[in-house]
Amino acid sequence: MQYLLMIYGDEAAMGAATAEQGKAMGEAYARFTQDIVKSGHLKGGDKLKPSSTATTIRRGDGKSLTTDGPFAETREQLSGYYIVEASDLDEALAIAGKIPFSAGAVEVRPIDSLSRMY
Amino acid sequence: MLDRAAIETVYRHEAGRVLATLIRLVGDFELAEEGAQDAFEAALTRWPQTGLPDNPRAWLVNTGRHKAIDRLRRRISLRGKLKVLAAETAVAPQPDAEDIEDDRLRLIFTCCHPALALETRVALTLRTVCGLATSAVASIFLVSEETMAQRLVRAKSKIREAAIPYQVPDREHLAERLAGVLAVVYLAFTEGYAPSAGTASTRPELCAEAIRLCRLLDQLLPGEPEIAGLLALMLLHAARLGGRSDGAGELLLLEEQDRTRWDRAAIGEGKALVERALAQPGRIGPYGVQAAIAALHAEAPNFAATDWPQISGLYQVLLRLQPSPVVELNAAAALSMVDGPERALQLVEALAAAGTLDGYWPLHAARADLLNRLGRGAEAQAAYARALPLVRLEAERRLLERKMRG
Repeated sequence: MQYLLMIYGDEAAMGAATAEQGKAMGEAYARFTQDIVKSGHLKGGDKLKPSSTATTIRRGDGKSLTTDGPFAETREQLSGYYIVEASDLDEALAIAGKIPFSAGAVEVRPIDSLSRMY
Repeated sequence: MLDRAAIETVYRHEAGRVLATLIRLVGDFELAEEGAQDAFEAALTRWPQTGLPDNPRAWLVNTGRHKAIDRLRRRISLRGKLKVLAAETAVAPQPDAEDIEDDRLRLIFTCCHPALALETRVALTLRTVCGLATSAVASIFLVSEETMAQRLVRAKSKIREAAIPYQVPDREHLAERLAGVLAVVYLAFTEGYAPSAGTASTRPELCAEAIRLCRLLDQLLPGEPEIAGLLALMLLHAARLGGRSDGAGELLLLEEQDRTRWDRAAIGEGKALVERALAQPGRIGPYGVQAAIAALHAEAPNFAATDWPQISGLYQVLLRLQPSPVVELNAAAALSMVDGPERALQLVEALAAAGTLDGYWPLHAARADLLNRLGRGAEAQAAYARALPLVRLEAERRLLERKMRG
């Protein structure tokens, strides 16, 4: 079973971090990523550019509208993601629990791989 | 000759174990429920002819498993061959007898998984582990049967789609997950002891169900002090249910209750369990401490002769283990029985000033009570007046009004 781990945090707070804090965070993420590469759990993942770079296509009533910004304006924004292979939700939650995010949330969502289209 | 009623009795007794094992064997809650129901239907036609099988449980599990496989095959033929392989390997071979008890524990931990909402955990546990009908669970939560059925379907679908595992957590996570299970059991009990909604002042059948579930946990995970503690706490509270109201249904204060109406057998069992819960000094938990407090109340010959110093001391222990404004309030009330109302009032005033319990009527009632004892009647009336609009149960309102009249 594959799970998408979505990392949400406050971009303003992250932007306000000192260079030192940013470096420590980067190193913590590098360590975590290496760990799940070695354990064979990692299937994919990346850091995302800030939500100010997001564009959303909204569709309804037969019309399409392309707008600036993320799907939902919230206090916390999607900042990165991992795709991991885990035997069940408990294992996925254990991996997600080791992501070194300092504040915010990680949403764990099973990937419907039976419907994969490639 | 086996009649329907006799078969139903056997089935009711075995249904929980049969379902728990079938879920593991077929890897799907709903398919297992359908298989168990099919097995029951089959028993209704077969057993009157063949007589009761030597091992009805094994018969039901086996039959349920075959029926579930039949259903899977029918589904597969409808949905195409894509899932055939996955489905057939998902149906594991026959269980051995020892696994069956473990299955019940797996079922409890799965129904109480933190990935489900707390209320959903309670509902799913009552439906699946305790075997309550969906209509009965719906009436506990005061929703329609249809709404509850949908909620249960969504929960089972999340278990399947997110792959919530059907297993007892490993040693590293057991304590934390067990605490979550016990919270579900205790929430079911408190909903029975003091329903949060509706007009009934108690639901004794829900209290009994929670106690039954906790007994099962104690049997499946022997030696866990917090299980013994929670079981003791519930038994000791339930033992006093009979004295909590008078013949006319009016709620009585602890000092007004007829203690001969308390259930002595349940108190005896509760006290023995408290001793077990407190026997491992390093592992004393909040339920064990609360049960010890309840035991001291239960064994006191009357209100005045209650061992207040020890109760007050236990509240201090509880405050360290599980600090909360409600525990602080109870600790202050206990202290007032040792040191008098003055110091306790200071503590309650500090709590009131913090504001977190503004909407909690017992805070204002406790403050009123302490003010009364200090001869400050006018302030006490004002405090009662603040408590009154916050009360939800009719019986509690009448109790407060009675106290206001003095």
